[in-house]
Amino acid sequence: MASIVSAPKTLDVAAIREDFPILRQRVHGKPLVYLDNAATTQKPRAVLDALQRYYAEENANVHRGVHSLSGRATDAYDAAREDMRRFLNAADAKEIVFVRGTTEGINLVAETWGRVNVRAGDEIVLTEMEHHSNIVPWQILCEATGATLRVVPITDAGELRLDQFERLLTDRTRLVALAHVSNVLGTINPVADVVRIAKARGITVLVDGAQAVAHMPVDVRALGCDFYVFSGHKVFGPTGVGILYGRRALLEAMPVYQAGGGMIGRVSWERTTYADLPYKYEAGTPNIAGVIGLAAALDYVTGIGLDRIAAYEHDLCAYATAALTAVPGLRLTGTAREKASVLSLVLGDIHPHDIGTILDRDGIAIRAGHHCCQPLMARLGVPATARASLAFYNTREEIDALAASLERAREVFE
Amino acid sequence: MSAELEDLYQEVILDHNRRPRNFRALEAGQKAEGFNPLCGDRITVYLTVDNGVINDVAFQGSGCAISKASASLMTESVKGKTVAEAQALFERFQQMITAPSDAPVDNLGKLMVLAGVRQFPVRVKCASLAWHTLRAAVEASGEVVSTE
Repeated sequence: MASIVSAPKTLDVAAIREDFPILRQRVHGKPLVYLDNAATTQKPRAVLDALQRYYAEENANVHRGVHSLSGRATDAYDAAREDMRRFLNAADAKEIVFVRGTTEGINLVAETWGRVNVRAGDEIVLTEMEHHSNIVPWQILCEATGATLRVVPITDAGELRLDQFERLLTDRTRLVALAHVSNVLGTINPVADVVRIAKARGITVLVDGAQAVAHMPVDVRALGCDFYVFSGHKVFGPTGVGILYGRRALLEAMPVYQAGGGMIGRVSWERTTYADLPYKYEAGTPNIAGVIGLAAALDYVTGIGLDRIAAYEHDLCAYATAALTAVPGLRLTGTAREKASVLSLVLGDIHPHDIGTILDRDGIAIRAGHHCCQPLMARLGVPATARASLAFYNTREEIDALAASLERAREVFE
Repeated sequence: MSAELEDLYQEVILDHNRRPRNFRALEAGQKAEGFNPLCGDRITVYLTVDNGVINDVAFQGSGCAISKASASLMTESVKGKTVAEAQALFERFQQMITAPSDAPVDNLGKLMVLAGVRQFPVRVKCASLAWHTLRAAVEASGEVVSTE
């Protein structure tokens, strides 16, 4: 009789931790408990090896030389773009533009698409939970063009008010830009619904995927968005490299971003033409090592399976939610039903920085502060929060250590 | 709790955090705002100066225990001092909180409870924010002081 063998639901986390050399160290004599994954993730051996191998064996500039090394570097670089296409399920590798990170990706869209599509009186719709990097570029665009920002409110649990969102859309709305996952609240926004509503009115949608890509499978065609941006270092890759996905028709129509080598067709004193996609937006020598390192990171996570990662983290987040809410005086900010593994907390009237310092002495790394979301902090009515953000290499034992350390912090300040 | 943490969060500091002294606004005199953009701590320092002497000094704002306690202790230690004396005290205080942790501590009276900060380099800015803001208030430059 045939039987269906399903993939095991749980991950072999002990084996996974062996892939991350940094996790073996001790901090202040205690095993490192790294819970600052929303700020940046740690790098598996596969990424470190790819970077080392590139610099030791393949280093050369791309698309420039006739020599063998340049050919190998170019092959690796171009192959990486195809890896990124597959990772996001984009239709065409030409829709993948390499940038420095999410921030540059959003700035690129604001400065190119924005400058030709947004005019005085137009409106750009953001949400209350956006990171500064998905606020300030649009503010600058509004100042330059005379457009205005409209902000979708959230509920006290940290969920997007979809009803309010629909009401904010007008025939002057040109763009909706929103986070896929909130870096403070952990909320997973209903991006497919947002896109459907916006598209029905012909509005362009940009999704900030910085906090999503390490935690769930992302399919840009299923989401239906026009732009999707993320940073490599948030998904176990190197810093200084990220992806801007854009629908081909939009990328082709947009004006160029930075100018220089690599982005040109033909240059003369009289007239310069520009390269085709995706090189049109990639002036100068790119972060070749970073791109190759990021491809290794994406291979690594897809090898484990983002569905399995999401299931494991969902379970760990539920465990952490129970463990933390058991700490007297602790309140979680961000309790959305659809939530990634981010736990922002307020503990009595103890300032998050003091919590951060006390936890650090127990070897526990969390983030304390406004998390580059000052408007959201104002909405929540707190100056700052302490934030534990999980990855698939974290364990229940680490959550127990976090809860115990928070108890000690409470005792110090009692 | 580790010895370093006990040094940092001494009872005196916790007390000044819970019940900050001179935590109010002054109607008259000079003031300046201080801001730590990294963590969002904000403070306003008020003072009245008469013949080069700091007659009254107070503060308001929000921040961590270290920044609040440091501001509170600062107001107590500069009240009645000349501007030049307060300036000199700031320099000695700054030296104390940035010295290597095994260096002997200068006798700075009450302010010595903050010597534990030097074992926590990332918290030095918390302890010095109030002092930078005091200096700006003395100069009454009207500029917002930033630790970055």
